[in-house]
Amino acid sequence: MTSLTHDPAATETRRPKDKLLIIAGSLCGLLVFVALFGFLFAPYPPDQTDVLASGVGPSPDHLLGTDSLGRDILSRALAGARISFAGPGLIVLASAVCGTTLAIFAAWTGGWVDQTLNRLLNVVFAVPGILVAVLASAVFGAGFWAPVIALTVIYIPYYARVVRSAAVRERNMPYVEGLRLAGLSSWRICSRHILRNVVPIVLAQGTIAFGLALADFAAVSFLGLGVQTPTAEWGVMVADGRSELLNGDMQQSLVAGACIVITVVAFNIFGDRLGARYGADR
Amino acid sequence: MSQEALLNVVDLSIELTDSVPRRTLVRDVSFTVRQGESVGLVGESGSGKSMTVKAAMRLLPRAADATGSIEFEGVSVLDMGRRELARYRSSDVAMIHQDPRAHTNPMQTIGDFLIEGVVSAGLQSKAAAIDRAIGLLDEMGIKDAPRRMAQYPHQLSGGLLQRVMIASALMSEPKLVFADEPTTALDVTVQSEVIAIMVEQIQERGLGMLFITHDLDLAAAVTDSLVVMYAGTVVEKGKAHDIYAGPRHPYTAALLASRPSTTHVKRLVSIPGRPASAYEVPTGCVFAARCPFATELCRSDRPVARELDGRVVACHRAEELTHELKTAASA
Amino acid sequence: MTIDHAQQPVLTVDKLVKVFPGPAGHEHPAVNQVSFTLESGGSLAIVGESGSGKTTTARIVAGLETATSGTVDVDGRVLAGRSRRRTRLANARLVQMVFQDPFGSLDPRQSVGAGIKELLAVHFGWGTAQLTERVTALLQQVGLDERHANKLPRNLSGGQRQRVAIARALALEPKILILDEAVSALDVSVQAQVLNLLADIREATGVSYLFVSHDLGVVRQITETCIVLNQGKIIESGSTAQVLDSPEHPYTQALIDAVPKPGWKPRRRT
Repeated sequence: MTSLTHDPAATETRRPKDKLLIIAGSLCGLLVFVALFGFLFAPYPPDQTDVLASGVGPSPDHLLGTDSLGRDILSRALAGARISFAGPGLIVLASAVCGTTLAIFAAWTGGWVDQTLNRLLNVVFAVPGILVAVLASAVFGAGFWAPVIALTVIYIPYYARVVRSAAVRERNMPYVEGLRLAGLSSWRICSRHILRNVVPIVLAQGTIAFGLALADFAAVSFLGLGVQTPTAEWGVMVADGRSELLNGDMQQSLVAGACIVITVVAFNIFGDRLGARYGADR
Repeated sequence: MSQEALLNVVDLSIELTDSVPRRTLVRDVSFTVRQGESVGLVGESGSGKSMTVKAAMRLLPRAADATGSIEFEGVSVLDMGRRELARYRSSDVAMIHQDPRAHTNPMQTIGDFLIEGVVSAGLQSKAAAIDRAIGLLDEMGIKDAPRRMAQYPHQLSGGLLQRVMIASALMSEPKLVFADEPTTALDVTVQSEVIAIMVEQIQERGLGMLFITHDLDLAAAVTDSLVVMYAGTVVEKGKAHDIYAGPRHPYTAALLASRPSTTHVKRLVSIPGRPASAYEVPTGCVFAARCPFATELCRSDRPVARELDGRVVACHRAEELTHELKTAASA
Repeated sequence: MTIDHAQQPVLTVDKLVKVFPGPAGHEHPAVNQVSFTLESGGSLAIVGESGSGKTTTARIVAGLETATSGTVDVDGRVLAGRSRRRTRLANARLVQMVFQDPFGSLDPRQSVGAGIKELLAVHFGWGTAQLTERVTALLQQVGLDERHANKLPRNLSGGQRQRVAIARALALEPKILILDEAVSALDVSVQAQVLNLLADIREATGVSYLFVSHDLGVVRQITETCIVLNQGKIIESGSTAQVLDSPEHPYTQALIDAVPKPGWKPRRRT
């Protein structure tokens, strides 16, 4: 009876590589590295002004040129990556934790709790994020924290909706019924089993959300309600660059804008491929 | 029964190209379906039976590569152009699937579903197609056919919907019907009825049928000849009655012996291990690892399918085992 | 039937009724006045087709559904709610269940060994060495070995998964094992292995089986008594041999006639 001759694991062949996943993933990794350590490679301190070379184009001294105050744009873009990433990073982390917890709770409890939470999340989902962030800044004062907290709340449904349907699917699987029959507590089933099976979805969703949150966070800064000038931050840089556009100097807005676009696209594709891979895994 | 070959499959092999290394799913499969003949293609999971039928319909996934030859009335199916293929699929052959619900559009009425194929292929006018569809539903034993024509799939039970699928397969007056596990999803009493209708309709019209199933008893009951597959290869083929009465391949015998009987209690003869796929089996006979009669020769050399008493068997020891297998199967 | 065991039933189901909520006035009971007993160490089949109420009955016995009315008495105790930790754990030691779908009945991200250890730890609070030992013993009992303990379900075949599901159920040493179409999704050759295994386990442990199935051949091999359900009602009951050999109800006869066998002619009823 033990001679189970054919073992599927032994003959497992590898899944073909997802090139897009690897490219986008590497780019995301590189961007995170830049955010953490980019300031070390900056040729100048981000706030150092050089009056003699203000508003110049790319040159050997200033690879991406300088802004109207003579600050090195490359250095500001590198140093600005940190705070540009810190905001959305916090937003994504906090909303993922809240969203996933709420979602699993709703899916497990079911009934009116689930329905009420679902409606509530739909309402929140319908509210434009930037609007709330702007409102929060207006009420609590501009700065880093007001948009972070506001956007955290707004991003909760982004996870909760997807995770909830995944958790409902898991809850209805026979293995969960088996665990219930084995006398395991709801807490244990949710935290040890259901959570573990929805984590890949949370990761995929979080990666996409990071890109979107970065754009939202930069937009609030651009409007002058988030991180304030002269702090180096991509949204702030785009805003600062506006006045230079009139003089035909577009480097600053262009560089900061490109940073935002590249980051958003890279994280979006990475998250999308992660999600697809998870689907293929099942 | 006419002896004209409708479908002739010779040395068909199918490989999946999107994995490293390439996976073989079907290896050197040959069989023939003649006009008016019912052939049962029997096998467990991994046997390659579904892939073989998909190849015969040219419905293989993009990543699958078929070699060998599949001829329908002398024309190579694998080399058909777009037009020929469309004509082949719309009027020469038809398919009855395992899950009728997955193969109907929930937003389309039964009537539209039935006439869509033949009308869009220009085979029949709409009015003629509607008349024919109602006639066919009637022959399938579906009462008040005109009312059913206006209904949607969700309003029909599984058994009723499968009868609609049979009607739909017959709409274009095909010469050959592929039935892929047509009753596996149905209850036993419904299965008996659906099979009865299907067999009766196909025989009345003198059509060829390739009946794909995992159920050897069912296949033996409704077909003229059997093709038994294991791990992507044909291990035995011949007249259904002969194989059922006296299997000549150890796998066929083991399949018969492991089926629990409704009339007496016995310790079931179980085959150790699990059914394998073609790419998982080592050199030698595909069944050697699970075969109680395997010798060194079986493990090193793959037996070639050969004629034996009016059937084809791929087993080195087929002659000497005749008696053992007969006892084993009927034990 | 079981003579060496005390004739006291391990399971008594009395006038079980289950009505699922539906449009008012159109509520058909899925289970209607179903009563039966299962002797200690015995094996009882609930036979029926889809919609017969066989699975609902089993799920009520397991405690996964609540009955509209009627009682389920396991080992002299009426199974109540599963909210309190103590009753939950005690109930788990009475009834366990193996499901039909071998692919959904194991946590896809938990290794086989870790899953069984988790159950044992919750129930018995053993140390690591004892847990490992028991896991190996359980896997051996179902025809696997300790190498399978480190595997994830996706690296196991359907038959192996179903063996693991049986090992998990046996881990809690229940009085009753409910097998809900537990072998129907398996290939015939593998199904025979699992059926033999189930027969061996019952002999070795004295566990009682409640076997839900539509497959009369399987029922014949694995059970001693059976009840035949049709549209929620018991239409026939008795010893399996008697019911299958000389059915009294036309529906039972129709079920038997529909099984493909040598010389079988499919019947058209219209």
